[in-house]
Amino acid sequence: MLDKIGIAKRIAKEVKNGYYVNLGIGIPTLVANYVRNDIEVEFQSENGVLGMGPFPFEGEEDADVINAGKQTITTLPGASFFDSAISFSMIRGKHVDLTILGAMEVAENGDIANWKIPGRLVKGMGGAMDLVASAENIIVAMMHTNKAGESKLLKRCSLPLTGVGCVKKIVTNLAVLEVTDKGFKLLERAPGISVEAIKEATEGTLIIEGDIPEMDINN
Amino acid sequence: MINKKVANVEEALKGVTDNITCMVGGFGLSGIPENAIAQLVKLGIKGLTCISNNAGVDDFGLGLLLQKHQIKKMISSYVGENDEFERQMLSGELDVELIPQGTLAERCRAAQAGFPAIYTPAGYGTEVAEGKETREFDGKMYVLEHAFKADFAFVKAWKGDAAGNLIFKGTARNFNPVMCGAAKITVAEVEELVPLGTLDPNQIHIPGIFVQRIFQGNHYEKRIEQRTVRQRN
Repeated sequence: MLDKIGIAKRIAKEVKNGYYVNLGIGIPTLVANYVRNDIEVEFQSENGVLGMGPFPFEGEEDADVINAGKQTITTLPGASFFDSAISFSMIRGKHVDLTILGAMEVAENGDIANWKIPGRLVKGMGGAMDLVASAENIIVAMMHTNKAGESKLLKRCSLPLTGVGCVKKIVTNLAVLEVTDKGFKLLERAPGISVEAIKEATEGTLIIEGDIPEMDINN
Repeated sequence: MINKKVANVEEALKGVTDNITCMVGGFGLSGIPENAIAQLVKLGIKGLTCISNNAGVDDFGLGLLLQKHQIKKMISSYVGENDEFERQMLSGELDVELIPQGTLAERCRAAQAGFPAIYTPAGYGTEVAEGKETREFDGKMYVLEHAFKADFAFVKAWKGDAAGNLIFKGTARNFNPVMCGAAKITVAEVEELVPLGTLDPNQIHIPGIFVQRIFQGNHYEKRIEQRTVRQRN
């Protein structure tokens, strides 16, 4: 089974040379640490920066330079700052090549829920609805099951939706899956995880064709 | 030059009354109009409808107004960092409209740019689109979202001049530019009010035409929400 870093490492392999990438809060943020350093990639943060770099050294934090998680960051040569309208022009206008975000639930038709648990947790959608409504290439990074051990890969989402039919790929602690017309297609298993274990943890329709290879999380 | 300069925050907030709708710039605590918020607290303005991406934290930003129950309604995209906000929202004391971040930006920009409404794909098929007009363009569904109508926009910039021209710094820019000129009166506070003619016209982010009042702010705390650093090797 993978930990959060393992999930981030596997997703990092989906990041290709020349991509502009938007990373959500949580596991997606970690992806930046594991992208091959021989390719050119720029990270966008929807609060208004393209060309994000690593966290600053202690003492060099700047309150005016943060990411969408409100964390202090740095910028790399070639970076730019812009307002929120331009930022979402990049997103809705499909100029961002890859969006990686977390989820509470994903359905087998590609629906995603990640912003609200009615009556209990209401944080808001932030930029997630804009991102999932527009991005052509969306990867969800999440644990396969919730804290109660229930599957997060469902036939239908039970929580209020963030977007409909938009998720293409999911990387969990157990598996890599693709959303197809017929359900979740199992592409890869996490190291040491059996197909049976993945079946067990998946409520939605799981398509298993032939031998399922084990993930390689190393670049 | 048409002079937009006012002496201080008291003068800048003249005409602010209970029950107004105001836009408030900032993302998290970055780029918030600290002086205008402090003045709204001091004036004890009640029944505010605030259009702002976030609601501050418990003891800073718009959280200061929430503590005093001065806000009637918040229109935001993300409110996760404020326990008092969540308490007031779940108990029904505070009316909250959560909308996608890009939609919030574009509803401001539409007001600024003279568009009555815009179509966006964000939120289609979700509860955000309930009761709204939808329309198909080239096989994809979009939601009609209306321009905001606000009485005041409170924004914060890095530098400005008496003509109302503004330059922002880093990610403190965020929603501030799209709120300029999107309300009946735009009040800009700046860290540095520089002499007329010293800002390079090529570098202006927001031309003064979008600003009615500008003043030099004081005592910026510029609080950091998540101080993240890396170790030197």
